[in-house]
Amino acid sequence: MTGPFAAGLERLTRQAGVRGALLVEREDGLVVAEALMEGLDGAAFAALAASLWSRLARAGEAAGRGAPAFAQLEAEQGTMLAVPAGAELLLVAVAEPDSNLGLARLELIRAAGELA
Amino acid sequence: MSSPTPPGCSVTDPSDDVRLLTAQLAADPASLVFMQLAEALRRRGQLEAARKVAVTGLHRYPDLADAHDLLARVLGDQRDFERAFDEWDIALRLDPGHAGAHKGIGFLYFVAGDAARAREHLERAAAALPADEGVRAALERVRDAVPDAEAAPAAPTAHRAPGTPPALGIGHPAPPTGPGRPAPEFDAEATDLVLVDGHGMRLAGRLRAPDGSDVADRVAAELAGVSREAERAARLLGLGEWRTLAAEAAAGHLVVVPAAPDAVLLVARERGVPLGRLAVVAGRTAAAARRWLEALA
Repeated sequence: MTGPFAAGLERLTRQAGVRGALLVEREDGLVVAEALMEGLDGAAFAALAASLWSRLARAGEAAGRGAPAFAQLEAEQGTMLAVPAGAELLLVAVAEPDSNLGLARLELIRAAGELA
Repeated sequence: MSSPTPPGCSVTDPSDDVRLLTAQLAADPASLVFMQLAEALRRRGQLEAARKVAVTGLHRYPDLADAHDLLARVLGDQRDFERAFDEWDIALRLDPGHAGAHKGIGFLYFVAGDAARAREHLERAAAALPADEGVRAALERVRDAVPDAEAAPAAPTAHRAPGTPPALGIGHPAPPTGPGRPAPEFDAEATDLVLVDGHGMRLAGRLRAPDGSDVADRVAAELAGVSREAERAARLLGLGEWRTLAAEAAAGHLVVVPAAPDAVLLVARERGVPLGRLAVVAGRTAAAARRWLEALA
């Protein structure tokens, strides 16, 4: 992985329990940069992550709660976490099921601040 | 229970000077001294004061697993086992290996008579706290009650472990059930949730925006097909079945959970309610909603 965002993503994936991370265009779901585990389709992941984010954003706006500042999809074998990185990007990470999600969330927010 | 030791703080001692810790916290309200102060108050038996200090601290540090564990122990001392369970459950969501939370939930299951789940949690606690005699003694008793072959399988995450009703396929733990802990009824007229079918139609619940307007149908429409989308994302990532989709927003928190094969439940609360606690509430409400839907059929 190279490019201006590489260092930030690699730092994030060095966190215990973080399996991978990627930076996505929020509007169209295209990959900007990625540091993912082997075998994972980054393009499909990015598209689904952006779509879920967009869905939560619309639901949040409809509910009068505003746009999300953090979101997560929790599943039996791990969790996908996402935060906005600037006005147009979304930083997404996948965490192991036994990882410290509180810490992963804080690291993600910090990394998004650096990448924005 | 293990005493929480926030980074940068010294280990709590029963002889801690509550007055000194109170002064330190007053001088720096954002510090983690609240942990030591609440622990000191708890050990002195000033449980209500300990609870208030812990709750106030959690407003600043909602993602600190040790703080949820601390509040759970205070609540346990106050014999508010339902809320203690919720706090330990949140601690395990934040840190699935949290020994104190496994110990606490293990004891609650033990008391509730669910030896299999008690054993599962106490074994994880014992592995992390080998010198804890209370855990060891309780574990011996539940091992007698639940031979190896009958023990619940080791939980890969805390979320699946405690009290999850397997038949419901909902990934959130219910509190220990038993005498005095009936399953909650689903309130189809509740004003802080909406139950939605796969086509975005509202099945039950009401939802009001902070300005008081009724937004339930609009929100329901936005949730059409969200279950399939979450399922696809979880499958692509090799994460198995999805359990919650949650968002922290400027004016509140939202949690969406599966409530039936083609229905989801959205629960909304103000920002002061930690996302982990809201997920527990949503999971429990979804289980009740499932029963409600089954009764309608």
